[in-house]
Amino acid sequence: MTDEIVVTGVGATTPLGGDVKSTWDAMLNGRSGVTAVPEDWPADMAVRIAARMAVEPADLLPRAQARRMDRAQQAAIVAADEAWADAGFVGTTLDNGLVPERVAVVIGTGIGGVGSLIAQHDVILERGPTKVSPMLIPMDMPNGPAAYVGLKIGARAGVFTPVSACASGAEAIAYGLDLLQLDRADLVVVGGTEALIHPLTISGFAQMRAMSTRNDDPTGASRPFDRDRDGFVIGEGAGALVLERRGDAEARGRPPYAVLAGAGITSDSHHITAPDPTGSGQQRAMRLAVSRSGLSPADVVHVNAHATSTPAGDMGEARAAAALFGEQIVVTATKSMTGHLIGAAGAVESIATVLTVRDDVVPPTINLQHPDDELCVDVPTQTRSMPVPAAICNSFGFGGHNASVLFRKA
Amino acid sequence: MPASPDEIRAGLAEILQEVADVSPEDVVDAKSFTDDLDVDSLSMVEVAMAAEEKFGVKIPDDELPKLKTVGDAVSFIQSNA
Repeated sequence: MTDEIVVTGVGATTPLGGDVKSTWDAMLNGRSGVTAVPEDWPADMAVRIAARMAVEPADLLPRAQARRMDRAQQAAIVAADEAWADAGFVGTTLDNGLVPERVAVVIGTGIGGVGSLIAQHDVILERGPTKVSPMLIPMDMPNGPAAYVGLKIGARAGVFTPVSACASGAEAIAYGLDLLQLDRADLVVVGGTEALIHPLTISGFAQMRAMSTRNDDPTGASRPFDRDRDGFVIGEGAGALVLERRGDAEARGRPPYAVLAGAGITSDSHHITAPDPTGSGQQRAMRLAVSRSGLSPADVVHVNAHATSTPAGDMGEARAAAALFGEQIVVTATKSMTGHLIGAAGAVESIATVLTVRDDVVPPTINLQHPDDELCVDVPTQTRSMPVPAAICNSFGFGGHNASVLFRKA
Repeated sequence: MPASPDEIRAGLAEILQEVADVSPEDVVDAKSFTDDLDVDSLSMVEVAMAAEEKFGVKIPDDELPKLKTVGDAVSFIQSNA
């Protein structure tokens, strides 16, 4: 079947490492990327931990280019550069014999360049409107990361930005699959990016009582499925994947990592931020991904869970996965190590899922010392080697967004 | 004492290096900001904002597009500072 959509390149910058290899090695070693926030932040902030990128993205870019970009844009460029090179490309679409009008970019983000927006708000208050940067709007606009990636590689089939909070990265992958299956592109760079670690954004999340306040134990704070979990830990970073048809990859002599076999997107229509406790929208997303892939639920042996370490969210997802796949399903929550990368989460976790499928190894869920009494699926706390013919990656977001993507062996 | 053309040129070179990574040796009067130094319209606004601060000069919006070369900017700043 030459019309299968395959992953031929991956790239990431995360709290665990500045590329896919270092991130994946850290995951397999169960390492946490969570640290304390800078000491000069307001003393009365309830949350004083976060998972910053391990490598400053600006350090990897030409200085003049980096200063025009928001941190989320820098991260997206770093991840997309790695994925592009990993897929065997050097330079632009034209340099590689690709047709620019048949190459698209879909990079999601939860909130865009909020750091730049806040910084320029300080400028207008302190120095006046004539000192506001002419770069503010391009740095702040949520479509900026996708546009910069499209500009860099020369993509003219459209650059798109799903904005669906924490589901943005996975939705981007689902839309990339659509573009290829609808024959609107021959190659799509997909992914997600986020960089919103700032006292203001953290305070906003903290006021929702959504975040962990385990400030005295940063590496133990993100503990999905543990009975003592108390909220998510904010992270930042980006992930990118190159998608194309199997026949095109073969013609280029590029071995695929995995097949992107299906995707499902649903919405809860339940509450603006709370997940539907029945998990029905989440289950429908997974079911859609399975049915679109042509597989049956029995073929799916692993779920890289959205599980953010909030009291409400984790068990609903575990129940939904158990209901669809059975209680033997092997589930992991890599957010226990990376923290929650918001709009980048679905992309980075999809890369982990792709590598799990390729290498037959499931990264652990760390900090799971006392499993929740209601935990009804198999969650390894150590790296587990096992055959993984097919796996699902879930991402759910504020707004009631549910996105599931399904990868199977190439 | 007003700045000399050489001082203005050197000051512009500092700004251009910071804003657009232009090498100081490329900042000579005949060079066009957009065609030779690859400074786009957004960066030109940043250059103008920085020059206004550095040289205590006001560059009105309708003057900025007329400053096509380094030499244009040097003369404008010298006559208006």
